[in-house]
Amino acid sequence: MSQKAKLAVKNLNFYYGNFHALKNINLDILEGKVTAFIGPSGCGKSTLLRTFNRMYDLYPKLRAEGEILLNNENILRSGIDLNMLRAKVGMVFQKPTPFPMSIYDNIAFGVKLYESLNKADMDDRVEWALQKAALWNEVKDKLRQSGLGLSGGQQQRLCIARAVSVKPEVLLLDEPTSALDPISTAHVEELLHELKRDYTIAIVTHNMQQAARVSDFTAYMYLGELIEVGGTDSIFTAPKMKATEDYITGKFG
Amino acid sequence: MNLYLRRRIINKLSIGLSVAAMCFGLVWLLWILYTLLLNGFGGLSLSLFTQTTPAPGSAGGLSNAIIGSVQMATLGTAIGTPIGILAGTYLAEFGQRGWLAPATRFINDILLAAPSIVIGLFIYELYVTHTGHFSGIAGALALALLVIPVVVRTTESMLRLVPNTMREAAYALGAPQWKMTYFVTLRAAKAGVLTGVLLAVARIVGETAPLLFTALNNQFYSNMNQPMANLPVVIFQFAMAPYEDWHTLAWAGSLLIGLFVLGLNVVARILVRPSNQH
Repeated sequence: MSQKAKLAVKNLNFYYGNFHALKNINLDILEGKVTAFIGPSGCGKSTLLRTFNRMYDLYPKLRAEGEILLNNENILRSGIDLNMLRAKVGMVFQKPTPFPMSIYDNIAFGVKLYESLNKADMDDRVEWALQKAALWNEVKDKLRQSGLGLSGGQQQRLCIARAVSVKPEVLLLDEPTSALDPISTAHVEELLHELKRDYTIAIVTHNMQQAARVSDFTAYMYLGELIEVGGTDSIFTAPKMKATEDYITGKFG
Repeated sequence: MNLYLRRRIINKLSIGLSVAAMCFGLVWLLWILYTLLLNGFGGLSLSLFTQTTPAPGSAGGLSNAIIGSVQMATLGTAIGTPIGILAGTYLAEFGQRGWLAPATRFINDILLAAPSIVIGLFIYELYVTHTGHFSGIAGALALALLVIPVVVRTTESMLRLVPNTMREAAYALGAPQWKMTYFVTLRAAKAGVLTGVLLAVARIVGETAPLLFTALNNQFYSNMNQPMANLPVVIFQFAMAPYEDWHTLAWAGSLLIGLFVLGLNVVARILVRPSNQH
């Protein structure tokens, strides 16, 4: 069966000043699937993820060449509305980043950027997002308390709820569980199974078991190059490239 | 082992020197507080707050000076704070590229270090010579110029302490920069920014030099468009005069300012305590 590519990366090169960080990346990220990026530190997987919502634009001297098509529109072209792009492509970061406001306002902040809902609708949306992130039951009685008072795992799920609340099409997760304890990690992983029904997900992870557990496709990167990409089952059981096999079996390095 | 012993001795020595330096600084501070209390405490009374500054030999208080100081400090802070916060926000959040921010930062540092009497002369030229008389407004303007650089500096530093991941998180939702700044980073830096304002207030309530050429003094209550009494200048004049009762009032006024500044600093400390960051 042929599946639709939500994001199509074509001949992508990325530079930090003079440093060539991503080398000629070609890759499709399929709609409604979880694609995991693995590879040793500094291989460019986070950099790649941050091109999908053009997060790199915040910093001077960073530039990307090539094409990334989102719904067949090149998001790297100049003049694209970055705020609208980021509305469609949400992101969750390595460290939880709750805003210094109440749990309720953490969610409402994003929603208010795009929609003017009345009080009742906003209440519903906040509940919906927190339900999606499997956090509702833990926080429903303290929505007015500061988001900073939650535990690390709860904070991260709050950030996922926040990203989901604006109803993006793609969700980018940059090592979302590396700062969490095993139980919180399990929570977030379960969540991914739920979320992929509605969203296309790209996740960067250092944890290969995690990639194997949560993803449909896995991409192995090394030194800025995409070494191999394929179905997660085949990558982990029968990698085509020797380098991928070495990394997965721990021989690498 | 010899090396280890040496290291221990050097360690002890440096800690010893640090403690000694700390004590040296603290001794003067405590001495000042002690002197203020010793000489000023006797002058504290209800009439200090209810009666105006007297002629030599008659009874009186400092009420006009206290009210004048409060009025000018309030107006000066009200003018300087918004400008300072906005400029500091520009430097921290918007001025990443280009020459304007580094130039502004440099000039602000000069303003921060400018002798306050120069600020007073500046306002004298700019405002007093045009209106033709000293006034509380002129004093407030001079104080505002002292508030601005302090608030700019602290606002910028406090915003820079907000981790970039917080900014990225707001941008990742598609928030425009002004919303990110107003709702996220300024809110995260709120306590620190407020502390900067308090420190600026603490600085201006004790300033004498910028008021000498602007507000001057007044023996009575006055409105902001007239020469205006204020604690620092009253202290200066009363302390220089040969009258014993004026000296008592000057000491009492010094104690008031000292306690007020101390109190503000304590409040500022409490505000930036990590437990109060949220």
